[in-house]
Amino acid sequence: MEFQIDKVAELARLNLKPGEKSKLEKDLGAILDYAQKLNTLDTGSVEPTSHVLNLENVFRADEVKTSNAAEKALEHAPHRDGDFFKVPKIVQRD
Amino acid sequence: MTDLCRLTLKEATDLAKQDGAQSLLNAFSKRAQALNPKVNAFLRFDPAKIEASVNKAPLCGVPVSIKDNICIDGREVTCASRILAGHVAPYDATVIEKLKAAGATLFGQCNMDEFAFGSSCETSAIGPCKHPWDLARVPGGSSGGSAAAVAADMTLAALGSDTGGSIRQPAALCGVVGLKPTYGRVSRYGLIAFGSSFDQIGPITKTVEDAAILTNILSGHDPKDSTSAPRSVPDFTQALKRDVKGLRIGLPKEYFIEGIDPEVEKSVRQAADLYKKLGATVQTISLPHTEYSVAVYYIVAVAEASSNLGRFDGVEYGLRVPAKELREMYFETRDQGFGQEAKRRILLGTFVLSAGYYEAYYLKGQKVRTLIRQDFEKAFREVDVILSPTSPTPAFKIGEKTADPLAMYLSDIFTIPANHAGIPAMSVPCGFTASGLPIGMQLMARPFEEAALFRAGYAFEQETGIYKKKPTL
Amino acid sequence: MKYEPVIGLEVHVQLKTRSKLFCACSTEFGAEGNRHTCPVCLGWPGSLPVVNEAALALAIRAGLALNCKVAERLKFDRKNYFYPDLPKAYQISQYDMPVNGKGELLIETKAPDGALVEKTIGITRAHLEEDAGKLLHEGIPDGSLVDYNRGGIPLLEIVSEPDLRSPQEAYDYLTALKAILQCIEISDCDMEKGSLRCDANVSVRPEGQEKFGTKAEIKNLNSFKMVAKAIQYEIDRQTELVESGEKVVQETRLWNDAKGVTFSMRSKEEAHDYRYFPEPDLVPFTLSKETVAAIRKTLPELPRERAKRFVRDFGISSYDAAVLVQEKGTAEFFEACVSAGAGAKAASKWVLNDLLAILNEKNSAIGDCLVKPDALAGLIRLTESQTINSTTAKAVLIDMAATGKSADAIVKEKGLAQVADTGLIERAVEKAMAANPASVADFRAGKQKALGALVGAVMKETQGKANPKMVNEILLKKLSS
Repeated sequence: MEFQIDKVAELARLNLKPGEKSKLEKDLGAILDYAQKLNTLDTGSVEPTSHVLNLENVFRADEVKTSNAAEKALEHAPHRDGDFFKVPKIVQRD
Repeated sequence: MTDLCRLTLKEATDLAKQDGAQSLLNAFSKRAQALNPKVNAFLRFDPAKIEASVNKAPLCGVPVSIKDNICIDGREVTCASRILAGHVAPYDATVIEKLKAAGATLFGQCNMDEFAFGSSCETSAIGPCKHPWDLARVPGGSSGGSAAAVAADMTLAALGSDTGGSIRQPAALCGVVGLKPTYGRVSRYGLIAFGSSFDQIGPITKTVEDAAILTNILSGHDPKDSTSAPRSVPDFTQALKRDVKGLRIGLPKEYFIEGIDPEVEKSVRQAADLYKKLGATVQTISLPHTEYSVAVYYIVAVAEASSNLGRFDGVEYGLRVPAKELREMYFETRDQGFGQEAKRRILLGTFVLSAGYYEAYYLKGQKVRTLIRQDFEKAFREVDVILSPTSPTPAFKIGEKTADPLAMYLSDIFTIPANHAGIPAMSVPCGFTASGLPIGMQLMARPFEEAALFRAGYAFEQETGIYKKKPTL
Repeated sequence: MKYEPVIGLEVHVQLKTRSKLFCACSTEFGAEGNRHTCPVCLGWPGSLPVVNEAALALAIRAGLALNCKVAERLKFDRKNYFYPDLPKAYQISQYDMPVNGKGELLIETKAPDGALVEKTIGITRAHLEEDAGKLLHEGIPDGSLVDYNRGGIPLLEIVSEPDLRSPQEAYDYLTALKAILQCIEISDCDMEKGSLRCDANVSVRPEGQEKFGTKAEIKNLNSFKMVAKAIQYEIDRQTELVESGEKVVQETRLWNDAKGVTFSMRSKEEAHDYRYFPEPDLVPFTLSKETVAAIRKTLPELPRERAKRFVRDFGISSYDAAVLVQEKGTAEFFEACVSAGAGAKAASKWVLNDLLAILNEKNSAIGDCLVKPDALAGLIRLTESQTINSTTAKAVLIDMAATGKSADAIVKEKGLAQVADTGLIERAVEKAMAANPASVADFRAGKQKALGALVGAVMKETQGKANPKMVNEILLKKLSS
C-alpha cells in the first residue's frame, strides 16, 4: 500500500528525520496491507460501533463552578506572560 | 519477621489495621530503592513523601502504585514521553480520588510504553522496564512497570490502563493478576487518553482477591465521564468462593491456532481440565471474527489516539521547542517530543481519518468492530465465561520484536477482542514454562459481570496456589 | 453579460448559558485572562467533556424558531486542526448528525424598486459546537497571547442555503435572524462582544446559469453593514475577474474595513482536512417528541407574527411594524406605550422617529433608556391635548431622556404649556401685524406664503407657546377683516 507520508506528516504536524521517514513509510505500508484483510468481509448492512455501551443522553446541569486550574496551568506553562499563555508569532493560519 | 513486601494487599491491610502502615511503607521503600535500578518499574517514587495514613479507611495507608498516565494532583505525570516531561497534573483522576478516600498511600508512578503504545514497555522514553523473572526479557506492556512492580514485590498493588491488553498481557507475562473491567465500569476521568472508546483503568495485583478489593474501590458511576455507566456496583469480594459448579466455560477455537507457544497452550488446556474437575462444564465455542481484531484495532484505536495526542503541541504544557514562528514550534516540539512508536501511530491514525480514506479504513473498521462484538454476544448465550491464553507467548527478549511493529501488534491478538466488545477480562497466572517464565490465562465475561471472573479466577488460584511462587531478585 | 451573485451566510451565535458547553466554567464576558478555565476547557490531558443540558435546549429552541427539522438522534464529532486557540487540537462540533436540520427564514427585503418584498431563505442546518479561545496580537511584536476564557462557550452555527442574491438581502437576513434569536432569548447577538459572528460565502455566475461559480469565504466581518459592504466588494471583484477571463480562486479572504477591500489569506486549502470522526468521549442523544414539544410550547411570539399582529390590531403600516419588531426591546416598548394609553400610530412615530434617534446618538439600548413607555404615553397625551406643540414635545423628550422626569413635570417646571387664551393670542396677533405691515399687505394681495412669517412672529411673541391652531384662526380672521 502506497503511503503518502509527507502529506500525513503535515496534517499531524510531525517533522520526520530523513532516517526515520523511510522506515516509518515501510512499516505503515505493511500495516495497511495487513488491514486489507478487512475487505474480505461484507459489511454492507452492518452498523458501525462508535461506543460499546448503549448509553445516551448524558447531561450535566447548567451550573457554574470555579476552578483554580488556570493558576496551576500557568505556573507550569512553557511560556507565560502574565495571565496568558504565550506562543510564537503566527505567520499564517493554515 | 516475615518479609512484609511478600504480603498480599489483603494481608497487608489486615496487618496495617492493627499496627499502622509505617513499617510496611518502610519495607516497600527500602525494596523499591534496592530493586528499581535493576527493574526500572518506577519512573518516580519518593520515600520521603510517604506518610502513613492514620485514618481507618479500608486500605489503612498501604502502598499502591499508579501507571504514569493517571493524573495525581500536584505530581508530575509524563506517560513515559519526552513531550510531557515536567508536566504537573493540576487535578486528581477520579480513581485517584477514590484511592485517596479509601486510605491508600500513592507510592510509585510506574513505567510504561510511551502513551501506552506498545506491548513490551520498550517504547518508554525513560528506558525499558525489565522482567522480574528474567531481566533480559520484557515485562510486557503497556502497563509493564505496574506489572513488574507487583511481581517484584516493590508495591502491594498497582493501577494500569488497558486499551488492547495493556493490563492483562504484562500481568500474564509477569505472573500476576490483571483485570480490565467492563468499559464504563471505572471512570476514565484523569486517565490520559489513548483510544477513548477502548481505554479502561484496572488493578494489577498479586491475587484475585486483591483485584476484587481494588475493583470495589475503583468502580462506580462518575458524572465527570459521559461514558461511565450509571450502574450500581456489587461487592465483588462476595464472588470469592471456591465454587465453580455449573459454571459454563467456553474455549474459543480461534484462540488455539498456529503460532501459539505449545507450553502456553498446554498450560491453558490444563486449566480447562482443572475447571472440569471442579464441576464446571467446558465446551469449544467460536468467535469467528477474531482474526480481524488486530487490523480493526490498529485503525480505530489509533485514529482516536492521533486525535487525542494533538493537544501535545507545546502551547500549554510539557515540552516546547523554542521557535521564532508557530508552525515551526509545532513541528519541532512534536518531532523531538514523540518517540518512534508514537509517531507511527499518530501517522497511521491521521491517515485512516483523512479525506478519501475514512470510509475504506475508519468506517470499515468500526463496522467490523460490530461483527466482533456480535461474536461475543452470541457466545455468551451458551457460556458464562470464556477461557483463553492471555498472550500467545511468554515474555520475549528485549529487542526481539522492535524491528517488526506488525509482529509486535499481533502479540495482542487475544486481548484486543475484549476491548472491541467492552467486556470485562482478567488474566490469572496459570503456570510456568520449563525455563521458569510465568504463563497467564485470560477469563472473559459478559458486560458488567466481573463477578464471574472473580469467581472463576479465585477458584483456580486457590486450587493451584501458583501466585505463591516468587522471582528471585 | 450580466452576472448574478450567489451568497450564503454562516452565522455563529454564543448561546446564553451560565456555564460552558462541556464544563462548569462561567461564560461571563470580560473576566481577567484565563480566569474562567478548568482542566476541561484548557484541554488538559485526562479531562473529559460532559454536555450542558441547557445548551442543547437553547439550540433546539433556535431550531424550532427557524422551522428546522429537529433531529431525533444527534451526536458530536471531533473536528481536528492545530491552532493555539484550540487547546485540544480538535473542536467538538457536529458533523453528520446535527441537532437541527433543514429550516427556513422568511425575510422582508427591499426590491431594487424600493418596494418591500418577502423572500424565503433556506437554512441548511444549525449545529452545536464549542467556541475557541482568543488570541491577542496587539502590541506584542514577537508572538501572541492566548486566553481560553471564551474557549468552550456554546456556539450555534447557523448555515444558510446559498439563497441570497444581494448585499441588501444578506443584511436583511441577518437583521431578521438576529431579531428571532433575541426574541427567543437564546443569545445576546452582540457583534461587538463577539456573541454573534458572521462569515459570508460569495460567488458570481452569469445570469440564467444554474451552476454556481467558485466561491470565496469572507471572514473578519464585525457588523451587518460590514457584511453588506464586503459582499458588494467581493461581487465587484469576482465579476471583474470573470469578465476579464480570469478565474476566481476558492479561498478564504479577510475584510479590511479601513481600506474597504477583501484580501486573500493565502492559506493552503489542501491542508484543510479536518478528519471528522464521532467524539468517543460523548454518547449520542435521542430527542423524544415530548421533549421537543415541551420546548416548542415555551417559544414566545416571533417577530414576524408580532409585526403582523401590530398591523392587524394597531393599524400601523407594515413597514413601521417590521422596523419595530427588529429589536425585541423596541417592540415591547411600543406595545407597553400603547397599553399605557397612547395612540398606536403616534406611539409608533414617536418611538421610531424620535426615541430611537436619541438612543442612537447616545449609543444606548432601549432597555437602559430613562424614558419609560408610560412616560412616552404621557408626552403623547400632552401633544394630543394640544398642551404643547410638537416642536416643544421633541425638546421635552430630550429632557426626559436626560433626566428621567415625566413630561408633565418638565412642562410645568419650564412653563412650556401652550397658551390657549384667546385674548392673549389676539393681542400678540395685533402686535405682530403692526410690526410687519409688509407681510400683511403681501397676504392681502394674495401671497399665501406671507402668512408663515406672521405666524412665526406671533410664536416669537408668545415664546413658542401659543396654540398654533388658534394662532392661525385668529390671524386669518384679523387679516380678512
